[in-house]
Amino acid sequence: MTAKATAVDRGYGRNYLPFAYPALLITGAVIVFPWLFTLFMSVHEWKIGSPRAFVGLNNFIRLAGDERFIDSIGTTLYFTLLSVVLPVVLGTAAALIFNERFPLRGLCRAIFILPMMATPVAVALVWKMMFHPQLGVLNYLLSLAGLPPSLWHTSLDTVIPTLVMVEVWHWTPLVMLIVLGGLAAAPTEPYESARLDGANPWQMFRFITLPLIMPFVVLAVVIRTIDALKAFDTIFVISEGGPGTASETINIYLYLQAFAFYNIGYASAIVVVFFVLIVLMAMVLLWLRQKAKWS
Amino acid sequence: MSASSPGMLWHAKRALSKFAFGFAVFVIVSPAILVLLWMLSLSLKTEVDNMAYPPVFVPNPPTLANFAAVFENSNLMRYLGNSLFVSGLATLVAILVGVPAGYGIAKASAHRTAIGILIARITPALSYLIPLYMLFQMLGLTGSLWPIFITHLVITIPIFVYIMIGFFESLPPDLEEAALIDGCTLWQAFRHVALPLARPGIVVAMILSIIFSWNNFVFGAVLGGRQTRTLPAAVYNMLTFEQVAWGPLAAAALLVTAPVLILTLFIQKEIVGGLTAGGVKGG
Repeated sequence: MTAKATAVDRGYGRNYLPFAYPALLITGAVIVFPWLFTLFMSVHEWKIGSPRAFVGLNNFIRLAGDERFIDSIGTTLYFTLLSVVLPVVLGTAAALIFNERFPLRGLCRAIFILPMMATPVAVALVWKMMFHPQLGVLNYLLSLAGLPPSLWHTSLDTVIPTLVMVEVWHWTPLVMLIVLGGLAAAPTEPYESARLDGANPWQMFRFITLPLIMPFVVLAVVIRTIDALKAFDTIFVISEGGPGTASETINIYLYLQAFAFYNIGYASAIVVVFFVLIVLMAMVLLWLRQKAKWS
Repeated sequence: MSASSPGMLWHAKRALSKFAFGFAVFVIVSPAILVLLWMLSLSLKTEVDNMAYPPVFVPNPPTLANFAAVFENSNLMRYLGNSLFVSGLATLVAILVGVPAGYGIAKASAHRTAIGILIARITPALSYLIPLYMLFQMLGLTGSLWPIFITHLVITIPIFVYIMIGFFESLPPDLEEAALIDGCTLWQAFRHVALPLARPGIVVAMILSIIFSWNNFVFGAVLGGRQTRTLPAAVYNMLTFEQVAWGPLAAAALLVTAPVLILTLFIQKEIVGGLTAGGVKGG
C-alpha cells in the first residue's frame, strides 16, 4: 500500500519533466538565441564587412516606407490565400474519395502522397522545365487541348497562379491525410439513422460528414497558412521572385536583403515584422477554431 | 420485359457511378505520378529529344548518359556524403533527446512545453539562419558541416518530440506503474519498459526525420560552401552555374529525390500513421 503510494507519487506528472530538458535546451539554444540576436541586430545598421552602428528603430521606420517590402506583403497574402484554399478544398475531396473502399486503394494512396515527400528543389526544377514557354511539355499539352500557350512563371500575371499550382501539387496530400484522419475517427451511427430517414448523399455530407470533419479541416487550414506564409524553395527555384518583383514574397525579399545585399540589420527588422505577422495569423486562425468548436 | 428494364437501369446507374468514381480517383492520382514520370523521362532522353517540339514522351532508346554525366562532372559523391552525414547525425541527436522528451511531456501532460517546441515549426527557417550565420562566422565555423548539422536539429527534434508524445500517450501505463512499484527509478522504467515498446514509433519518427532533413534546401544553400553543400543545394547550383542541360539536371534531381520516393512507397502505411499523428512537416 505505502509502496504503491510512493511509487505513484514518484510517477507524478512534473517529475517527468527532466526527460524533456535536453531537447528543450537544444531547441532553446537553436531558437531562443537567434531570436534575441535578431532583436539586437534589428536595431543596428549592420552590413557584412562594415562596422555596425546602433540606429534604434530606424530600420523599422524605413520598412514602413519601403514600397518593395509593402508589395511583398501583398504578394505573400495573395500567394497564401490561394495556397490555402485550393489544397484544402482539393485535399478534403481527396480524403472523401480515399475514405471509400476500392481496389488498389493502398497503392493509389501511396502514389498520391509522393508529392508531399518528394524533395521540393528537385521537383521545382522539373516543373521549371515543364513551364518553359517554347519547349515545355505543358504548353504542348495546352495546344493539344486547343488552348493558347501560357507564359507561366515568366509573365507578371501568371507567375503567382503558376507557383500556387506547384504548391497545390506538393501539399494537397498533407491536407488529405489530416482530413482522412478525421473521417477515420467519425462514428457510423448518424449515417445509419440518416439513411433510415431517407437523406440523400448530399444531405448526409452537408449535415453529418462536414460538421464531423470540420475541426480537421480547420487544423489543415492553420497548418497550410503557416506553411504557405513561409514558402520558399518553390518560389526561389522557379521564379526567384520575378519577373521583376512580381512573385517576391516577404521570405524571398528577406533572403535577398540578408544574403544577396548583406543588409543584416535591415533583414533582421524584416524577420521581426514577418514573425509577428505569422504569429498573428496563427492566433486568429486558432481563435476561429476555438469559436467554431463552441458553436 | 417490364421486370428487366428497371433492373437494367439499376445496373447502368451502378456502372456509371462506379465509372465516375474510378475517373475521380484517376484525376486526383495522375498529377502526382505524371510529374514524377516526366522527371524520369527527361533523365533518360538525349538532349536532342529533350529539346524536341513536340516533346518526345517515351525515351527511345533510353540512355543513361545523363546519369554518367552527373557523376562525372559534379562532386556528387561528396555532396551525397554531406547529406548523409547531416541528416544521419541530426536524426541521431534527435533520437537521443527527442524520445525522452516525448516521454516526459506525454507523462507530465505538459502540453505547454510541447508548444514551446512547436514554435520551431512556426518560425520561418530564414529567421534562424541570419543570426546563426553571423554566429558561425564569428566562431569561424563556416566551411565545415557543423553549422548545417546544427540547423537541421530544428527540423529533426520537433518531429521526434511530436511523434513520440502521440506514441507514448497511446501506450497503456500499467507496465511502467508495475515497474515503479517494484522499485525502479523513473529512468529505469523508461529505459527498460517504455523504450522497448516504443520501437515502432521511433522507426516512423526516424524515417520522417531523415526524409525532411534530406529534403531541406535553404540551410545547405546558405551555410554550405563549395565543399560542404548538401545534395538539394548542389542540384540547385547545377541550374545556376552550368550551361543548363535538361537531361543531366533531371537526372540529378531524380537521384536526390528517388531514395525518398522509394522509401515512401515501401512504408507508406507507417508514414501515413506518423504524419496524421502530428501533422508534422519539415520547415
